[in-house]
Amino acid sequence: MVTVSVAWAPLALLLVVAAAWWAACLDAVVSGGRWGAPAAEAARLLRQRRRTLLAADRLLWRLGGGGLLVAALLMVAVIPLGRWTLSDLGVGVVWFNAMDVLVWALVWMAGWGANSTHALVGGYRFLAQALAYELPLMFALTAPAVGAGSLRVADVIAAQHGLWFVVWMPVAFVVFCACVVAFSVQGPFAAAAAADIGGGVLAEVSGVDRLLLLAGRYALLAAGSAFAVVAFFGGGDGPWLPDWVWTLVKTFAVLSVLVLVRRRVPLLRPDRLVEVGWVLVLPLTLLQLLVVSVVVVVR
Amino acid sequence: MTGVVQTVLFWGLGAVAVAAGVVVFRTDSMARATYALAASFVAVGAQVLFLHLDYVGVIVVLMMVMEMAVMAVYMVMFMGMNPALMPMSMVHSRKTSLGVAAGAFIVLAGGALLVPWPARRGAPAVDLTVSLGQATMGSKMLVMLVVSPVLFSTIVSALVLALPRSRYDRLGDDLRRRPAEDPQPGGVGR
Repeated sequence: MVTVSVAWAPLALLLVVAAAWWAACLDAVVSGGRWGAPAAEAARLLRQRRRTLLAADRLLWRLGGGGLLVAALLMVAVIPLGRWTLSDLGVGVVWFNAMDVLVWALVWMAGWGANSTHALVGGYRFLAQALAYELPLMFALTAPAVGAGSLRVADVIAAQHGLWFVVWMPVAFVVFCACVVAFSVQGPFAAAAAADIGGGVLAEVSGVDRLLLLAGRYALLAAGSAFAVVAFFGGGDGPWLPDWVWTLVKTFAVLSVLVLVRRRVPLLRPDRLVEVGWVLVLPLTLLQLLVVSVVVVVR
Repeated sequence: MTGVVQTVLFWGLGAVAVAAGVVVFRTDSMARATYALAASFVAVGAQVLFLHLDYVGVIVVLMMVMEMAVMAVYMVMFMGMNPALMPMSMVHSRKTSLGVAAGAFIVLAGGALLVPWPARRGAPAVDLTVSLGQATMGSKMLVMLVVSPVLFSTIVSALVLALPRSRYDRLGDDLRRRPAEDPQPGGVGR
């Protein structure tokens, strides 16, 4: 693994934005729109004036809206593109986990800042949902780390040479993907921004703030897909093509599948989700972890 | 990173941690106070990274952001008169708190300055996180193993004592009612 200079960070940001853009375009097309719809919406939002609200907590509001994109970029910082990585952190897996926890704070702040009931309800809904998905997500992340015997992302990729983790950790993979959709506030996990509360955390944001919030959600989905590739699909592992091409191809493939599948599942209520997460999904994930641990000890 | 840059960053993060800590008491919003505290902890977590304790540093950031996100909910709910959705002061018992804070600072800072710190013998371990874990828990593993179930059962029993509803309320006098009668039905349908 080659650690590249921080000067390459803008390229990483560009790739995240490109992937987010692709996800938004794909979503627009399968919804019956045009490929250009997200670009048109972005251009419209860039020109739109910000709505001013009485007694809004602007600081927290802007931090919450703009922070999602930053969190996605910080996640990507430990994800290697082929053999190049921005940071070969020894605890990369935990780093990714810490960055997805930032989303807890950011979405709540986005809901709180507007000083609007619907937005605030959206923020609280997200925290309830986060309590449901975070522990399954942590243990789903633990499985590849135990399989590789390391928290370093490079080691997790190296340990998959020959057999990808997705083959013998299918439960952890599925749970991880669901959690990625959940921390991106998308599809069945979009209760925080649902129509029944007038858009929730999106209710009052306008102009560039809205653009950042919408783009940040897709960027998180893209960063999560990229991490699914390094944790379960062997990273840049693949024949003929260079490894960095494989990382990108796999990331876009996982991202596209997540975009398409999340549309087919109805919205899940966060209050119901907590019990599902803790009584059903968490034990399943722990069982998966047990299987992985036994395999690692026996082999 | 060169030594100078590292030193500047380390002290800069320290300044951020202290400044954010001051903001906690200067602001008039529960939400801002909570997240100022979170920012202070994040700066400390980043400082721990400089000690080459990567795992501990990242975990500090993870735990504290999560904790403060949940804490903000409780702070807004319980602190203040009409839950803390309105601006409110973050201080009370001003004189006592100032006295306690100043006393604690003098004791701790004085201790840090006056204690004869030992000079380094030997080289730092290869994996500092492992050696820190060994140093804090290695010889006390039995205590740790006993303490964690005790703590956990304390939490469970405190919850059981605090809950106004028992299993008889949920499942009926003969415990046979299915599904259970809950004010807030869960998703599994138990």
